[in-house]
Amino acid sequence: MTPSPSDFALQEQDILQALTKAKSRDVDYADMYLESSVTDSVSMEESLVKRAVKNVAQGAGIRAVAGERTGFAYSDDLSVQDLVQAAETARYIAESPQGEKPLAVTHRSGPSQNLYPLTEPLTDITTEARVDLLNQIDVEARKYDSRIAKVMASFNTEQKIFLVVNSEGQLVGDVQPLARLQVTCIAEDGANRQIGSYGGGGRVGFSFFVENDRALEFAREAARQAIVNLDAVDAPAGAMPVVLGGGWPGILLHEAIGHGLEADFNRRKTSAFSDLIGQSVASELCTIVDDGTLPFRRGSMNIDDEGTPTSRTMLIEKGILRGYITDRLNARLMGIPLTGNGRREDFRSVVLPRMTNTFMLSGESNPEDIIRSVKKGLYAASFGGGQVDITSGKFVFSASEAYLIEDGKVTRPVKGATLIGNGPDVLKKVSMVGHDMKLDEGIGTCGKEGQSVPVGVGLPTIKVDEMTVGGTAMA
Amino acid sequence: MTNVPSTHGDRFPELAAMVLKHAKTLGATEADLLVAEGDSVSVQVRMAEVDRLSKAREKVLGIRVFFGKRSASSSTSDFSEASLDRLVSDTCSLAKAVVEDDTSGLPASDQMAAEIPDMDMRDSRQLTVDEEIDLAKRTEQSALKADSRITNSEGAECSAGYGSILLANSHGFVGSYASSSYSLSVSPIAVDSQNGGMQRDYWYSVKRKFQELDSPEQVGQEAARRTVRRLGSRSLSTQEVPVIFDPEIAQGLLGHIASAASGYSLYKGASFLMGQLGKKIADESVTVVDDGRLANGLGSRPFDGEGLPTRRNVVVDKGVLTSYLLDTYSGRKLGMTSTGNASRSVGENPTVGTTNLFLSPGTSSPEEILKSTKRGLLVTELIGFGVNMVTGDYSRGAVGFWIENGEIVHPVEEVTIAGNLKNMFNDIEMIGNDLVFRGRTASPTVKLRKMMVAGH
Repeated sequence: MTPSPSDFALQEQDILQALTKAKSRDVDYADMYLESSVTDSVSMEESLVKRAVKNVAQGAGIRAVAGERTGFAYSDDLSVQDLVQAAETARYIAESPQGEKPLAVTHRSGPSQNLYPLTEPLTDITTEARVDLLNQIDVEARKYDSRIAKVMASFNTEQKIFLVVNSEGQLVGDVQPLARLQVTCIAEDGANRQIGSYGGGGRVGFSFFVENDRALEFAREAARQAIVNLDAVDAPAGAMPVVLGGGWPGILLHEAIGHGLEADFNRRKTSAFSDLIGQSVASELCTIVDDGTLPFRRGSMNIDDEGTPTSRTMLIEKGILRGYITDRLNARLMGIPLTGNGRREDFRSVVLPRMTNTFMLSGESNPEDIIRSVKKGLYAASFGGGQVDITSGKFVFSASEAYLIEDGKVTRPVKGATLIGNGPDVLKKVSMVGHDMKLDEGIGTCGKEGQSVPVGVGLPTIKVDEMTVGGTAMA
Repeated sequence: MTNVPSTHGDRFPELAAMVLKHAKTLGATEADLLVAEGDSVSVQVRMAEVDRLSKAREKVLGIRVFFGKRSASSSTSDFSEASLDRLVSDTCSLAKAVVEDDTSGLPASDQMAAEIPDMDMRDSRQLTVDEEIDLAKRTEQSALKADSRITNSEGAECSAGYGSILLANSHGFVGSYASSSYSLSVSPIAVDSQNGGMQRDYWYSVKRKFQELDSPEQVGQEAARRTVRRLGSRSLSTQEVPVIFDPEIAQGLLGHIASAASGYSLYKGASFLMGQLGKKIADESVTVVDDGRLANGLGSRPFDGEGLPTRRNVVVDKGVLTSYLLDTYSGRKLGMTSTGNASRSVGENPTVGTTNLFLSPGTSSPEEILKSTKRGLLVTELIGFGVNMVTGDYSRGAVGFWIENGEIVHPVEEVTIAGNLKNMFNDIEMIGNDLVFRGRTASPTVKLRKMMVAGH
């Protein structure tokens, strides 16, 4: 289904009338983003599904771009009068309000790819089915081990319809489903209390969670992590070899290099990666891409929020920095290709260049050999969040399940610890890359300038020869 | 162009009455609703040019209905009668699909705020877009001019926002208030000409009253000072040393106490402060207060997210945990009554939030605290999310300064600081006399006896 103005109770002429107001002579480009979304959320704690919330939102964001300047206004009223008023506000950044010309739609198309063909919209999932899923999770997690004392789970879905109309005559839209299941367990053994979390999802339907008992697997995995952490000893402090497991530990790439390769920071030359295209920023074993075209993935989109089809962008090829990820504004100002990474949280937010699914391609090492090669170090299997200082390049990410490696063997679990490194250096220290690339389960959310968007990451097992581990025990 | 706040607010009492009546007609035993609207204009300037001008205007209505002990919530931004009718009936259907929760329900009717004081949170001063552009440009210009090593900028921002909310429930409570907020900020970038490399930092001012905002020059110069002093940063060797948290960073520690003392963390078993009420959790120099009625406080409000009066709660008194922070639901779960800390996003169930949270000041000046430190780390920025609220385990990336013999020796980056919050509050050795409210949470400088610092 391709959205049309009628989904917003508007005529094409109404939209063009407002957009025309935004596109005065001095404005290079203007667009309107119309969005309507329904989010449904149920959550369970104390073995009771006691929270059910439904939020409905719709609105329009209008932007006018002149040189490096962006004017932006939004309205949650979709009357022609409100849209015209928003358009006139957006145009304020232009030198002169003169020279409006009537606009027309000349390219009208649905997305050229269909990455998330769902048989039924997420809004059709009954509340009873959602509640039943969470109840099963509660039973499964408690069955895993009698020390599981608390189980919390939530199931969230969002069905979003959007339409972008721009001053170049393009009218394009998409319907984007997004579903996520999250399970958290607390294990208790006397006074020792530990937490474990797991979850997954994507641009998927309800069946994703049911098939292969996936939801129950998430429950067992959250319970397992909590139980493992009951035996955790203090994490070591200091620089040491670190082996990262496949999947979610790919958050390393997101923080260490992904943000630094977003075009806005590089156009402004405020990124530690500014002007490094063509230079070596990683070991030859590292090839890293950002790919918004993977079917059903959380970070994928048929088109980005400016209507550009998503693509696979080579960021680092055998250690050499190849490209930035772009939106329209930055691609135009920098004279570099559009990559389909223009994203926004919703109609209230401006478009920024953002990652989609960012991952490292598989190498040739056997994961067991990677562990065996480390005499004394850390093996990190799962992580919580991370953060980066774009300008200095320093980044952190926090392990939620990690183990000591002693004499080539994974031994005792250690308490969560933050790992810190320098983006432009850390990947130069990658000395082994496994053949086991894995994408995460689909729970990632990336924050930038206060806007959250769903993203994916992926990583094979890799060895970083030296990283600083922020534990409490003298290594 | 001027930012004129919209006037939907006049219709709110009427909308509220209509929605509550409809819910009752459909069989809801209790209901409450929250209507919020806001207008704001913000301008971002970068390298002396307007980078982005954003105007926001929104409104949203959220409702929560109860059918006995079953409840559900929902929200919409479409205020047409048809949409609101659909919202109420959808929410009622949703409520019937969830299980009974014995703890659920509105607060008792005699707990509702009887008087709603005017807390003087709204400034009528309107800023034109051109005034905002001028303020942002002056802020950035002050930063760029302050030091020749500042050659770039992530930009300066000026914003002004006006909002109002109305809360009503089936007990007959109707309360509303309006507020305003003005802010200025800038993030300059300094280049290290000797070693290459760049550093950025940030400074800001945010107030409810325009007159109280720091001047663009003050904000710009402070941002420049904070940025330039980071040039030449390096890591440290791994060691256990005293750590000083500057006020901007120390307030984060208070946030951790508040979130561990939140009724929701406690009854869910997700707090390192479980079972600690009435016990010593911190050094006896530590007194932490949450005060919802503080004059001019950015977190002040006449009533909380359930319509209960806000008040002053002493969370930690001379090192002893004296009060949890509760709303009605989490209070009932723990066999206690609400502390007036319900916080509410439209369309969500209430949860617990702080109002104006602060650590009572000590007697030492920040200079005395520095002088008292033979070898140690002064922390001015933390990154990452390495705080485990269940266990108290704490491990975060840090930026700051290395201290030897009471003097700052060089800036520091790429290190972590780690410990456990349960020990860290007991390890507080000195508290500064420099308490200044710059936001909703405020702390003076705080010195901890020791933490593990990991570097190379």
